[in-house]
Amino acid sequence: MTALGKLFRTTTFKLTLVYLTIFALFAAFLLGYFALNTRRLITEQITDVVNAEISGLSEQYNQGGIVRLVTVVDSRARRPGSNLYLVSSFAGQPLAGNVTSLPGGVLDEQGWVETTYRRIDEAEQGQQQQARPEQQRAPHLALARVYQLPGGFRLLVGRDLEERERLYHIVISAGRWSVLIVLVLGLAGGFFVSRRVLRRVDAMTDTTKTIMQGDLGERLPVAGTGDEIDRLAENLNAMLERIEALMNGLKEVSDNIAHDLKTPLTRLRNRAEQALRTARDESDYRTALDGTIEESDGLIRIFDALLMIARAESGQARENMTEFDAAEVARDICELYEPLAEENGLVLRADTKEAALLRGNRELVSQALANLVDNAIKYSAPKRDAAEAGAPDILLGAGAEGDRILLTVADRGPGIPEADRLHVVERFVRLEQSRSRPGSGLGLSLAAAVARLHGGELILSDNHPGLKTVIALPRAGPVQTAG
Amino acid sequence: MRLLVIEDDRDAVDYLVKAFREVGHVADAATDGEEGLGLALDGGYDVLIIDRMLPKLDGLSVIGKLREKGLEVPVLILSALGQVDDRVKGLRAGGDDYLPKPYSFSELLARIEVLARRRVGRNEETLLRVGDLELDRLSHQVCRGDQEITLQPREFRLLEYLMRHAGQVVTRTMLLENVWDYHFDPQTNVIDVHISRLRSKIDKGFSQPLLHTIRGAGYMVRDGAR
Repeated sequence: MTALGKLFRTTTFKLTLVYLTIFALFAAFLLGYFALNTRRLITEQITDVVNAEISGLSEQYNQGGIVRLVTVVDSRARRPGSNLYLVSSFAGQPLAGNVTSLPGGVLDEQGWVETTYRRIDEAEQGQQQQARPEQQRAPHLALARVYQLPGGFRLLVGRDLEERERLYHIVISAGRWSVLIVLVLGLAGGFFVSRRVLRRVDAMTDTTKTIMQGDLGERLPVAGTGDEIDRLAENLNAMLERIEALMNGLKEVSDNIAHDLKTPLTRLRNRAEQALRTARDESDYRTALDGTIEESDGLIRIFDALLMIARAESGQARENMTEFDAAEVARDICELYEPLAEENGLVLRADTKEAALLRGNRELVSQALANLVDNAIKYSAPKRDAAEAGAPDILLGAGAEGDRILLTVADRGPGIPEADRLHVVERFVRLEQSRSRPGSGLGLSLAAAVARLHGGELILSDNHPGLKTVIALPRAGPVQTAG
Repeated sequence: MRLLVIEDDRDAVDYLVKAFREVGHVADAATDGEEGLGLALDGGYDVLIIDRMLPKLDGLSVIGKLREKGLEVPVLILSALGQVDDRVKGLRAGGDDYLPKPYSFSELLARIEVLARRRVGRNEETLLRVGDLELDRLSHQVCRGDQEITLQPREFRLLEYLMRHAGQVVTRTMLLENVWDYHFDPQTNVIDVHISRLRSKIDKGFSQPLLHTIRGAGYMVRDGAR
């Protein structure tokens, strides 16, 4: 398709054409209407003047006879720019007036007539000045009335129509020009606007082609005019932003899965190999196999956690949202972990006075909280200070703050340095030290994923000393991003 | 016990059939849904072990057809889909228990034995007794010999579950699911600590221990004197 062809096919250009036609028709109609009415108005005026003239002159005739009429007509006819007058005898002989060269038979009939004529003075001038013959050749047009006077005389009074015709022609030509100008300007404007729109759409099309080829970093051009194309581009850009984030997330997840699973798999393989090489008796094999099973259990655990996070991230678990009491969840988790904490020489307490109802996935929230408590127990050291004995080392809390429900786990362990805090909540980022400790090390990631699934967040802060982890969830559950 | 394994992975089937035989059960196998449904309809099985994803007829449809025909045989669903909503879907379809892959054989065995027993002893006794340990489910009282034992509510439920399945292996996951109603892995063995607390309450000071740890599998409440 040629560039011009493409231009003519744009919606803008087609719209321009439609509007242009409508507007041109309208302009033509308006001017035509104006022209016709002006013409009619002038004709009416002439008619009035002529009628008045005739009734005046016939009055003069009635009072003073033909002599008086001839005198009056003569004097009136001599005024410059005056009406046309002609008084003729019964035989058609002109007696007075300023008109000549009337076509034959004009005076024969009474009433209105449109006729060509020449003024007498003009005719004389024309004969004197041969230089302007065109005036002689072009007789004027007049609207006249022939009136039969009693006594056989005929009176013709008329008025030149040149003025009327000239006005009519001015209006008509103005109409022609304006329609032409409207067409030219409209077409040019349409052309310009279409080309502008087309250029922007073409730019967007080019960008989408690049994006489709796999470069998700591209963004649609935004002109900054805030018009509908900009709004569209902005929305599409926001969509691309989201897609890119998801794609990056996916890539990151798969990279991390590869890392997280390959490390224990390597250990597993090494162990089996070593057993084959060095084992001497059944008990050696047994130990190696036990180790293998343990290692594969660990692998399964990591795999489950990763799947779980992926599910939470993808929002699949949103279907199972129900209303539940976060305080109850906190109490249950506290009850589950309390013996373990005690065994580690720690005091775990839940501080939940009021119900904290929220909409969410109870199982996932429980799991997230369990992970945080598990971490707290793992990293807390029992305190030696006898004065503080009895005060909880790990405090679990659930409460409302504004339109959010906060599930808090506060410990008095080593905490996380401030510089690492933001880092550690990011997906799959773990501090090196946590990799060497027992467990999958995905606890915080999972808690953060669960929080995000609910439209909330995981906040880490300093507990002076220790770490305070907060799962902040909106009461009403996740808000649909579309709204 | 007569068992039917419906699973399309031949290796897994062979392994299961052999393993069940080793512990004294009879196991038949089917490798697709239609064959499995036919065998199951012939009847005579104590527990069915059905994989969710099967050729010809998927596991949940097999269960649906069995239940339609009025077969009440307990069904354990095996599945690679292990999330909570998958489990809920499986149980809703008529399964009695749900075990995500990969599983350990001891876990599978423990669950199957519980399922088979549930069928035999449907009637819910109000007084559970193992040796000289008594648990009254109505009055929430626990006594060992003539000595009353005070338990926390959760400890009571834990002991109740163990005693209801006395003589059977109960795994940690089964306890977490049935006593705490959690379906996730708490990473650390929190259950062990709860058990040792319970053990110190019911076994401490008695010559005959009742709460046993079964290595590599779980726990069992059993009257050792018998």
